[in-house]
Amino acid sequence: MGCSSTGGKRAEDARKAAAAGGRAAVDTPRWTFGMVTHSGDGDTFWDIVQNGAKQAAVKDNIKFLYAHDDEAQQQAQLVDSYIDKKVDGIIVTLAKPDAMKGALARAEKAGIPVITVNSGSAESKEFGALTHIGQDETIAGEAVGDELNKRGKKKALCILHEQGNVGHEQRCEGAKKTFEGKMENLYVTGTNMPDVQSSIEARLQTDKSVDAVVTLGAPFADAAVKAKEGAGSKAEIDTFDLNEKVAAGLKSGSLGFAVDQQPYLQGYEAVDLLWLYKYNADVLGGGKPVLTGPQIITKDQAAELEEYAKRGTR
Amino acid sequence: MTATAPAPAPSPGTKSDERLLKTSPLKKLLGRPELGSVVGAVAVFVFFAIVADSFVQATSLATVLYAASTIGIMAVPVALLMIGGEFDLSAGVMVTTSALVSSMFSYQMTANVWVGVLVSLLVTLAVGVFNGVMLTRTDPPSFIITLGTFLMLTGMNLGFTKLISGTVSTKSIADMEGFSSAKSVFASTITVGGVDFKITIVWWLALIAVATWILLRTRVGNWIFAVGGGEDAARAVGVPVAATKIGLYMGVAFGAWVSGQHLLFSYDVVQSGEGVGNELIYIIAAVIGGCLITGGYGSAVGAAVGALIFGMVSKGIVFAEWNPDWFKFFLGVMLLLATLLNHWVRKRAEATK
Repeated sequence: MGCSSTGGKRAEDARKAAAAGGRAAVDTPRWTFGMVTHSGDGDTFWDIVQNGAKQAAVKDNIKFLYAHDDEAQQQAQLVDSYIDKKVDGIIVTLAKPDAMKGALARAEKAGIPVITVNSGSAESKEFGALTHIGQDETIAGEAVGDELNKRGKKKALCILHEQGNVGHEQRCEGAKKTFEGKMENLYVTGTNMPDVQSSIEARLQTDKSVDAVVTLGAPFADAAVKAKEGAGSKAEIDTFDLNEKVAAGLKSGSLGFAVDQQPYLQGYEAVDLLWLYKYNADVLGGGKPVLTGPQIITKDQAAELEEYAKRGTR
Repeated sequence: MTATAPAPAPSPGTKSDERLLKTSPLKKLLGRPELGSVVGAVAVFVFFAIVADSFVQATSLATVLYAASTIGIMAVPVALLMIGGEFDLSAGVMVTTSALVSSMFSYQMTANVWVGVLVSLLVTLAVGVFNGVMLTRTDPPSFIITLGTFLMLTGMNLGFTKLISGTVSTKSIADMEGFSSAKSVFASTITVGGVDFKITIVWWLALIAVATWILLRTRVGNWIFAVGGGEDAARAVGVPVAATKIGLYMGVAFGAWVSGQHLLFSYDVVQSGEGVGNELIYIIAAVIGGCLITGGYGSAVGAAVGALIFGMVSKGIVFAEWNPDWFKFFLGVMLLLATLLNHWVRKRAEATK
């Protein structure tokens, strides 16, 4: 009586029981690794990266610290703080590479190994990092352009939700390069969801010929779907990155495809590779970035991934 | 000689002139607007020294001072403006504007970077004059006027950068003539006893000294207190109200220029979308430092201490290894406590007069 046989906390607990728990699998010293990202507050993508990093930290007997700031100057100061703390390894994103150059040089001077993740594949080596783990944004964009061609699209919108993010610009440029139709950029305020939705809606209302909308982050795909309904448009909504809702949308057919860069892997590998470097002086990648994407996900893989997305690892 | 609180009314029966009332040095100290924030700063420092061992190393303190100086360079002129009874909500993005103008002018004209730096000074001061003139010539309060400027600058930062550079960030000017000398002025590092201190700390201290001298030792300082305390009364006794306010806005613009050049020469590339939201941090720093939102009361030293508290809290949380999800919450709690303490100390000080 009054119980739900589907979903809710009970289903979540069952998922938790099936997820990897664990304790340290090695007896190396308890090193401390600090991670500093350019994420704003409350970003689902970075939760998944952190989940991967924490899982690896448990296995490798690592104390894992995390800090983030979306202002370049603040991000550099956070890296400085970890250097002051004399951590044993630093993981950092280079969304605004020039601002981080000095901080990485200071880490090198202090003898702290650095691994860059997610953004900055072009600068990582030059700034003295061991390895870069992530997706090449241009290649990922090109994959989107190819997929849109395959689906016979003629006019697409690329929705940029973070003005000033070089990686986002590269994604849209990559897609433009391979897409045979016409592609236009639309800038929206990512921190304000209603604004995202109304901007896309206005654009779809004024231009009925748009048949594909590409969002650059999973939370924005949902807003784009709502905007499409509001505008009565026929456009297919596609997105970069994955979350629970996107997986469900792929399954139900409200979304066309998603391009995943496997954020869990970025966090997990960063911690693990730092551990390998500290333990065995191993460096992966042979001086080239280690790519975690792009992986095109369609209806076929959605059901399996939805389960993992709910668990916060995809 | 302070021009802050009105002189206490003479108690009945006093023969001496109350304007020549002698106050003891201790009472003078207790009456300073920044006293509360100094007590707050000491409390925050002691707190983090206890919870985070790495907080009290020289290198960590240099990082904290740097964080404080990047806020403080703006908090000092913003405090002066607030003593004059006005706000500037465009102060945050003005920093980015100043850096963008400097960088793009040098790059596009292929000029010595010092040319860009000076052009940027003129443009930034012009924005300050615009704010001041709009305020003194029209009716709306400064909150509304500068909100308009804030939005316009935010759009112009992005629009012009895209238009001129083709991307959202400027191109590097690190290989241009004059870069290294400009870098040494705005973004160099001074090593004292093996610890690296950023030059912004020097700029910050210099600004505190100049602002304090203006406030307490010059006629202009009296004008600032007067226009903030009561505009009509000030006008009635012949204070040039409009000129004072325009000057205060130019002061904020000068601070924005220094901060902007620091950003540019630290990173040699500027992101066009940054700086939004920082204007509130400058105001918070000034308020923690004892400035009243209503104007007519406050000090430059207080604003600097407010910036120091902000720097200590924001970096202390990292040194203490607290969960970053709660970062903003802790920041809010600390700032509230500092402000309350400040208020309490001031009340006590006034009660003993």
